[in-house]
Amino acid sequence: MEDTRLPELWPELWEATTQTLVMVSVTMLVGGLLGLVLGMALYLTRRDGLYSNRWVFGVLNVVVNFFRPIPFVIFIAAVQPLSRAVIGIGIGTQAATFALILAAMFGIGRLVEQNLVTVRPGVLEAARAMGASRMRIALTVVLPEALGPLILGYTFAFVAVVDMSAVAGVIAGGGLGTFAQQYGYRQFDYVVTWTAVILLVILVQVVQFLGNFLAGKVLRR
Amino acid sequence: MTSPATAQAPLIRLEEVTKVYPGRGRQSSPVTAVDGVSLEVMPGEIQAIVGYSGAGKSTLVRLINALEPATSGSITVDGTEVVGLSERQLRHLRLRIGMIFQQFNLFDSRTVWGNLAYPLHVAGVPKSEHQQRISELLHFVGLPDKAHVYPGHLSGGQKQRVGIARALATNPTLLLADEATSALDPETTGEVLELLNRVNAEFGTTIVVITHEMEVVRELADKVAVMEAGRIVESGPVFEVFSKPVQPVTRRFVGTVVDDLPPGPVLEALRARHTGRFVTLAFHDPEVRQSDVYAVLARHGVGFELIYGGIEEIQGVTFGNLTLALVGADDAVEQALADVRGLVPVTDLDRLEED
Ligand SMILES: Nc1ncnc2c1ncn2[C@@H]1O[C@H](COP(=O)(O)OP(=O)(O)OP(=O)(O)O)[C@@H](O)[C@H]1O
Ligand SMILES: [Mg+2]
Repeated sequence: MEDTRLPELWPELWEATTQTLVMVSVTMLVGGLLGLVLGMALYLTRRDGLYSNRWVFGVLNVVVNFFRPIPFVIFIAAVQPLSRAVIGIGIGTQAATFALILAAMFGIGRLVEQNLVTVRPGVLEAARAMGASRMRIALTVVLPEALGPLILGYTFAFVAVVDMSAVAGVIAGGGLGTFAQQYGYRQFDYVVTWTAVILLVILVQVVQFLGNFLAGKVLRR
Repeated sequence: MTSPATAQAPLIRLEEVTKVYPGRGRQSSPVTAVDGVSLEVMPGEIQAIVGYSGAGKSTLVRLINALEPATSGSITVDGTEVVGLSERQLRHLRLRIGMIFQQFNLFDSRTVWGNLAYPLHVAGVPKSEHQQRISELLHFVGLPDKAHVYPGHLSGGQKQRVGIARALATNPTLLLADEATSALDPETTGEVLELLNRVNAEFGTTIVVITHEMEVVRELADKVAVMEAGRIVESGPVFEVFSKPVQPVTRRFVGTVVDDLPPGPVLEALRARHTGRFVTLAFHDPEVRQSDVYAVLARHGVGFELIYGGIEEIQGVTFGNLTLALVGADDAVEQALADVRGLVPVTDLDRLEED
């Protein structure tokens, strides 16, 4: 066994793990919800959508296309001013979470839109023929019918968010990614690096397993 | 089935209805899917609409419950003018119109129960009444034990039964069926048609069925309208249209279930096998029976053999085209034919070419 400072780094590791969990879960919760709304809006306003509106769709579409390709390591720095304006702080875990939420919203928005278009139009037509309102159809037909693919989509998004959260160090956001870089990579301490890696892998695996399990349950009926 | 000939108001009245779809791409031109259609359907009637793919059948029924807005014309359902209604008013109208589809369009994310409960929720039926209504519906369509099954586990015929139950949930006065049996095998088709007949008979539900299968028209419909290129080119009681089709498209459709004159190659084959004078007799008049005609032939000492055709039964009336080979002395055959012409229309296949 080579030299490692891992035993004295437990408090830092614990803090980093908590930061990652907080960043990722808050992002998935808030960004996931905003992404759902955005994706729904894209789906509903597209051509032949329930609320088809080319202007609204056009604007949303351009905005999503503009922000989505920006690499997160740049995005996180670029939204700092916005972060200061909205939550009053430009660095730290909160600011990193703010950036994550925004990035996740655009990514998940597109993902949700793509999952919703898999719902067969005939099913919407059936609901419309029954006299259901468009909003009712959106909430009680479109979402449940797309639930399986949506769960898989969110699982995929979760892994992407974990990946992005590793960059939080750029604005001193902490988390396991920062921990691995600061105490592992820069100190040539492979034990520390791999401990962080294994924790991240476990986190991703657990969520991936849960996602697959739930989606399987939904899709198999 | 057929409504009494009182001065009843039609349940559906289409007047000069036109639907133009705007062109999709930049260059594509608008499509006139329905072109000046007028049609009346009486309460309790089963109206079939037939036509080839792209004739505008689906568009026409989707105009009736305003899933598509009409471009011009007037559509009244149960006394309500549909054209120009707001989305909210349309939702009210649609509660009284059930619809079933070729692809069933069940909610895969809900059980059969959930599928049947959905229209009840939409119509604001109190939850306490769901249990009874759903159980009634499931019994009616013969699926009492499938309440908690997901549609993915049902056969095509069972899915369509659920589709029908769902469409009937709110007791609609009108049922629209767009190719409801086209995805089913012949046997299952028969079962579903029987179910639709029961819907009509027991609840008096008016039904508009779209189909390209004349079997469906024959088994189910009182009246039929034939569509071609957005227009209704021929319509009337099924018996009339089947027995005396006029338009070429109608003749082709009717020909799929009722034999007409033997076509050229068949006629040649018949000539090789049979001798005598070939005539086709059209039995359309319920008063004239085949035996009457055969008696005339016998009286003139003319022998005959049935070589082509068949007799159909539609709406309790038998009719059809029978091709006979007549054998006998020329003048006897001639006299016999003169008498037979007094009973049924005769097509002389030997003289056909000279006409
Ligand atoms: N939403 C639409 N936008 C543009 N054109 C359409 C649309 N729906 C139908 N059409 C066109 O209108 C015409 C009639 O279509 P419709 O679906 O009513 O025919 P149909 O008789 O039901 O045919 P099928 O037997 O194939 O179902 C076709 O030329 C079709 O391409
Ligand atoms: Mg069609």
